[in-house]
Amino acid sequence: MVDLIVFVVSAAIILGGGLGVVLFRNPVHNALSLIASFFGVAILFILQNAQFLAFVQVVVYAGAIVVLFLFVIMLLGVDRDEVIDDDALPGQKAAGLAAGAAMFVLLCAGLFLSGPGGDDGAVALTGGRSEVAPKVEPDPTDTEADSVTVQLARDLFTRNLLAFEATGLLLTIATIGAVVLVRNRGAEDLVVDEPGTATR
Amino acid sequence: MIITETWYLVLSAALFSIGTAGLLSRRNPLVMFMCVELMLNAVNLTFVAFSNALDDLAGYTAVFFVLVVAAAEVVVGLSIVVALLRRQPSASVDDFSELKG
Repeated sequence: MVDLIVFVVSAAIILGGGLGVVLFRNPVHNALSLIASFFGVAILFILQNAQFLAFVQVVVYAGAIVVLFLFVIMLLGVDRDEVIDDDALPGQKAAGLAAGAAMFVLLCAGLFLSGPGGDDGAVALTGGRSEVAPKVEPDPTDTEADSVTVQLARDLFTRNLLAFEATGLLLTIATIGAVVLVRNRGAEDLVVDEPGTATR
Repeated sequence: MIITETWYLVLSAALFSIGTAGLLSRRNPLVMFMCVELMLNAVNLTFVAFSNALDDLAGYTAVFFVLVVAAAEVVVGLSIVVALLRRQPSASVDDFSELKG
């Protein structure tokens, strides 16, 4: 019963936040709605016994990524309402919303028509357990069963160690790429600065 | 009433569809990025739901990697947006057609 209440409330937060991202006109309001949606997803992660992922979800998504969005919005000064101008593509908004609705219908059709639903439905959708990452057998020396976080760490640092290292490399490359992309190369934006730096 | 993972799947289908609609209907590149993040979150929710239902760790691990890739994607995408909007301060994706070689 408690699960049901938590699920319904966080589902309302998630969907309300998602609709806010799509429907609000001001980009700052969009970003704040995005935070609400991420928090709802984090609650559902906790409800599904994924505490570490909920933690990371709040820190990385609701913290770092949305702060990055807000920073860019403020930096560029685009925090004004989106202009509804003479569209180069008329009917784009209606077509986009219709495509979203069609996506929902398709996903639900795939969900409910592919299997008997319920627990068996999930097995029918995925073909059962994956063979590549079965749940790690508990060490016989452990006195009690490991938590999901410990199992996740063991899976990450043994079976997926190469992928983990690759993500570290990916983040380094992304950081360097961001620096290279945003660097003031020709300094054509610096005309208001002192002439010595602008004419470099 | 028991919450089966079908509930989670329907919820993440709805969230994914909202993200799709926003991505296709909005013009602001920053808001379009936010909609991509919504879609990634819907997929994460699906991963966790299946992982929990099937008692399998692969979904949790996949969510971890999706998170890292999303962070990298946001960093690179936002720096492209910054680099373009600094030259031409109009927040519409139509102006990004100058990216073509």
